[in-house]
Amino acid sequence: MSILLSEVTKVYQLGGEQVNALAGITLNISPGEFTAIMGPSGSGKSTLMNILGCLDRPTKGSYMLDGQEVATLNDDQLAITRNKKIGFVFQSFNLLPRMSTLQNVALPMVYAGVEKKERLARAEQVLAMVGLESRMNHQPNELSGGQRQRVAIARALVNDPTIIMADEPTGNLDTKSGDEVMNIFSELNSQGRTIILVTHEPDIAEYAGRVVYVRDGLIERDEWKVR
Amino acid sequence: MFSESISIALAGLKANKLRAMLTMLGIIIGVGAVIAMVSIGMGVKDKVATSIAGLGSNLLVVTPGASNAGGSRQAAGSSITLNEKDALAISQEISGINLVAPAVTRSYQVVFGNQNWTTSIQGTTPDIQGIRNYSIEEGSFFTNQDVETRARVAVLGKTVAENLFNGGTPIGQTIRINNAPFRVVGVLEAKGESAGGNQDDTVIIPLKTAQERLMGITYIQNINVQATGTDVIYQVQDDITTLLRARHKLAATTPDDFTVRNMVAIMEAADETTSMITSLLAVVAGLSLLVGGIGIMNIMLVSVTERTREIGIRKALGARYQNILLQFLIEAIVISVTGGILGIVLGIGASYGISSVAGWKTVISSLAIVAAFAFSVFIGLFFGIYPARKAALLDPIEALRYE
Ligand SMILES: Nc1ncnc2c1ncn2[C@@H]1O[C@H](COP(=O)(O)OP(=O)(O)OP(=O)(O)O)[C@@H](O)[C@H]1O
Ligand SMILES: [Mg+2]
Repeated sequence: MSILLSEVTKVYQLGGEQVNALAGITLNISPGEFTAIMGPSGSGKSTLMNILGCLDRPTKGSYMLDGQEVATLNDDQLAITRNKKIGFVFQSFNLLPRMSTLQNVALPMVYAGVEKKERLARAEQVLAMVGLESRMNHQPNELSGGQRQRVAIARALVNDPTIIMADEPTGNLDTKSGDEVMNIFSELNSQGRTIILVTHEPDIAEYAGRVVYVRDGLIERDEWKVR
Repeated sequence: MFSESISIALAGLKANKLRAMLTMLGIIIGVGAVIAMVSIGMGVKDKVATSIAGLGSNLLVVTPGASNAGGSRQAAGSSITLNEKDALAISQEISGINLVAPAVTRSYQVVFGNQNWTTSIQGTTPDIQGIRNYSIEEGSFFTNQDVETRARVAVLGKTVAENLFNGGTPIGQTIRINNAPFRVVGVLEAKGESAGGNQDDTVIIPLKTAQERLMGITYIQNINVQATGTDVIYQVQDDITTLLRARHKLAATTPDDFTVRNMVAIMEAADETTSMITSLLAVVAGLSLLVGGIGIMNIMLVSVTERTREIGIRKALGARYQNILLQFLIEAIVISVTGGILGIVLGIGASYGISSVAGWKTVISSLAIVAAFAFSVFIGLFFGIYPARKAALLDPIEALRYE
């Protein structure tokens, strides 16, 4: 599942002012790559991630995902794409309150039309993969930040997407929990999944095989590490 | 997919039970009020209809005196413009008539042994039986022969029989009406209340006996006429008016010196009035249902705003337009349908409560129940669709940003 961005721009209209959040991004990510996106605050990283994650559409330019031009998809088709092909992890976890961990993890399968029994079985399995099977009946507010993020990762994984995207997944975590989370991403990458994450911390970017530096809505540098 | 939406919606409501319940209360009260009001209205209508019907079907009553003589109506029977010949002429000259019974009425004390009872004494002819639907419980009615011979015989209404005889048999006994002796020949079956009061509190005696031996009058106080059907009753009313005007030699400019009251017309008017009251009550109650619907919309809009972030998360995870739409629409419908069902229970309960406490008759209308329920479902849909659409159309990024 390849990702091909060419000359992607995103313009926000703020009152009468135009904000060029993305000023023309051309980026190529091959299946199985582990890419970190870095850059100063306000440089457009989140905007880029939202477009990559099919949460938003470019103002101009082309985004080919898996050979499909995303600009031609309608809202429902975008939703299906997010549901089936992409797992998204947020900085602020974004778990639904008043729902158990298990239900949170099973939620994407509700929208995929998976039958309830299978849903719960699979959610349990994925929770075990992130080491939280003992917490499946807890509500999110009964978990630590690191545990919540692991639940969020489990939720991102549950429909077996080929791409995992994470916008500052360790931003709210201490170093230890951050490392736990990053180890899971490494593990997922070694299974062949494409990982794209945004981070401010060079230590976190160390986990990635490629680092893309963004500044003022443009790609400043694109580095591959030799391992 | 649909059942998923239902369980998601139910979970959403459970998270805010008190609010859902308060919103529901608007619908409960609205539906309950519609059902209770319509039941009361129909009960009143029913009561009016049966009490008028109890007077006799296709009945016309001719009384002396103009119906509105310069605003002050003369007391019934106080004028003396009607006589037996008028009644005879009506029965002989007008078509579309089944029965005619002239009558006089006055209040007297009736005595049997040491019991006495003051009641209205009606002097009339046997035809009154058919007109007023009297049936005989014991003994027999007096005959036309008795009328001609001025026989001192009496037929007792149930109330009178019970009060004078205390369970003993009245047939063959002699009672005294205004001190004159009368032999009891029959007792009427109970008829109950009607528009004219208790129909069983009466004694019926032959017309001429009453006129000559009791009251000392030659005129009559009313003529009861039974038309052959509702289709001819207005024609009969006109014909009687024409006939009596001619018989009384009234000039074209002179007002009628009698009144022909048409029970069908009175019944129709009463029916119209009660129907109007019923619809008015239903409309007022319906308005409260509408207010309940606006309450649902209000709370759903609040709910959508509060849960913007939740909607953003669901959309980010792959929820489509219809997933979110159904989730919120079903929440609104669950509120309105549950409210509707509870409202039906409340409405029926209130109807029974009112009828037992106030002693009114209430008629629970299944049409009102179905209509109120359907209306509440419709209200859930109507007032739920806008907030649900608003939720479903939210942009996922905007929604996720929402604090
Ligand atoms: N919805 C929006 N409306 C207007 N401007 C926006 C909107 N979203 C982002 N922007 C602007 O676009 C630019 C890029 O924002 P973005 O969130 O992508 O930055 P970022 O690199 O993720 O920053 P940070 O590291 O602080 O998260 C910023 O100048 C921001 O103000
Ligand atoms: Mg950001």
